[in-house]
Amino acid sequence: MGSISVRAVSKRFETGDVDVTALEAVDLQVRDQEFVTLVGASGCGKSTLLNLVAGFETPSSGEVLVDGAPVRGPGPDRGVVFQQTALFPWLTVEENIAFGLSLRANRGKGEVKPIVERLLERTGLAAFRTRRPAELSGGMRQRAAIASVLAIDPSTLLMDEPFGALDALTRSIMQDFLLELWEARRKTVVLVTHDIDEAIYLADRTIIMTAHPGRICEAIEVDLPRPRRYEMRSSAAFIRLRDHVTQIVRAEALKGTAPLGAPASPALVPSMTQSAQN
Amino acid sequence: MSSKLAASALASRPMPVAGHGRSRRLPEVLQYVVLPLAVLLLWQVASEIGFVRRNILPPPSEVVLVWYDLITGSTDAAARYSGTWLGHAWASTWRVFVGFAWGASLGIIAGLLIGLSRVVERMLDPTLQVLRNIPVTAWVPLSLVFFGIGNAPAIFLIGLGAFFPAAINATHGVRQINITLYKAARMMGANERELLRRVILPGALPSILTGVRLSMGIAWVLVVVAEILAVRRGLGYLLNDAYLFYRNDIVIAAMLSIGLLGFASDRLVVLLRSALLTWNEKETFGGEH
Ligand SMILES: Nc1ncnc2c1ncn2[C@@H]1O[C@H](COP(=O)(O)OP(=O)(O)OP(=O)(O)O)[C@@H](O)[C@H]1O
Ligand SMILES: [Mg+2]
Repeated sequence: MGSISVRAVSKRFETGDVDVTALEAVDLQVRDQEFVTLVGASGCGKSTLLNLVAGFETPSSGEVLVDGAPVRGPGPDRGVVFQQTALFPWLTVEENIAFGLSLRANRGKGEVKPIVERLLERTGLAAFRTRRPAELSGGMRQRAAIASVLAIDPSTLLMDEPFGALDALTRSIMQDFLLELWEARRKTVVLVTHDIDEAIYLADRTIIMTAHPGRICEAIEVDLPRPRRYEMRSSAAFIRLRDHVTQIVRAEALKGTAPLGAPASPALVPSMTQSAQN
Repeated sequence: MSSKLAASALASRPMPVAGHGRSRRLPEVLQYVVLPLAVLLLWQVASEIGFVRRNILPPPSEVVLVWYDLITGSTDAAARYSGTWLGHAWASTWRVFVGFAWGASLGIIAGLLIGLSRVVERMLDPTLQVLRNIPVTAWVPLSLVFFGIGNAPAIFLIGLGAFFPAAINATHGVRQINITLYKAARMMGANERELLRRVILPGALPSILTGVRLSMGIAWVLVVVAEILAVRRGLGYLLNDAYLFYRNDIVIAAMLSIGLLGFASDRLVVLLRSALLTWNEKETFGGEH
């Protein structure tokens, strides 16, 4: 439960008079319980791809299937963890975690109290249960947000730069925390990040995307043993993978920039001729 | 220089520090009363030394005596107005609350609908924006023609005035709700009803209550306007009638009565606000006290 199949998906955004092609002919298969990370330069369509799977956007062409059925809007089978933590400021930590379970759509997913209790324990937030989100640290907030999504027990977790706003130390602690949760209760995970170390450390498979238009350029199997340990980051295998991914991402990012020292920057020319034609 | 100023302004802001409550109590009371006392004293002195004529601006001591008789009817200082205060005050308060109730509740409903639906926005918003720019006092002639003399035009005008701030702030309240929260609730499977009841309404509540507070303030302004023109009871009527009979002491007593009742109603709204909102102001400068 939780396999994702993206087939020949393109996504265009109509913004005024210019159309932006955010994704073009993207194919991606994610197996049930696989941990996939997406990396790529800013603006290459990572969030767009995630939003298509989540059901917040619809593809311009192609189709997105989850467990073989086309995606029709967002639903509790695909839990989304947003970069901007989605906690209701008027609810306490405890009430936020219980929110999803108290909805009609999630009746029958079990008794609310024990589930909330277990998640408070697991996320180390039991002592802060009656606090409001504004009274928590960034890391605590993101833990609460993850707990509130896990409460409805989705078969798939979609995470858009979930730790992007955290400092390096908190971030690495949160990565281990996420892996620990995932080891205990495996789910399909698609996680967007721009941190290459994070992408490799967490993943079974890292997908590298390129921009303009957004495409999948390479998929790299991460054959590091599980469970992952922090020390693995300095292993030869990890460093080899990281250098490989970094090289591709950098090369792709540099394609979009002008060569150094060129007098009339060719990158500027197309846009200038374009505006002259208008 | 400017950072020094900012720092001292911050320092003079009493931060809620545990254990300091008792020793702070007395100076804090002084902070509240120093301005009113100074104004009263200056006013009394100005009157005593003959800086202003007593019949034009009677001193506070006289106003207090007249006010006392106005309420109790025991000294006859207020002559034919003696003991009429409660009737007038009740008439005004009643009008304010009835007008406010229909105006603000209709305003909240209209504002929420405009905020929630682009269709309703296109249908209602232009009309409301034009009507909003007509001062409510400009409605006086027409409302007198339509409703005649009495409570009806007063309640109409007050409701009209209360409507707009409630509507505009309710719309704003819906619009400023964080889209991520809305998406998160939909992702978890919330249906339309749950979205409205558990995301939209609580999210818009702070702004709605701000609108309600503004509406209440406007209601007290308009009750006076309406009572001067349309009725024979109420503090606005008392004020105008006493003015026609050169009783400026009673005019001032009526003005202060309106001020105090308006203040009390505002406190009521603020009380309601703090009962309903325990979360909103945690992260703001104003939320600390
Ligand atoms: N709602 C939208 N309307 C118009 N254009 C959009 C919209 N959403 C995304 N785009 C465009 O689509 C492209 C891909 O955007 P997307 O947000 O998916 O990038 P991203 O890879 O997530 O970037 P980042 O790493 O900076 O978050 C960008 O060029 C962006 O301008
Ligand atoms: Mg993004």
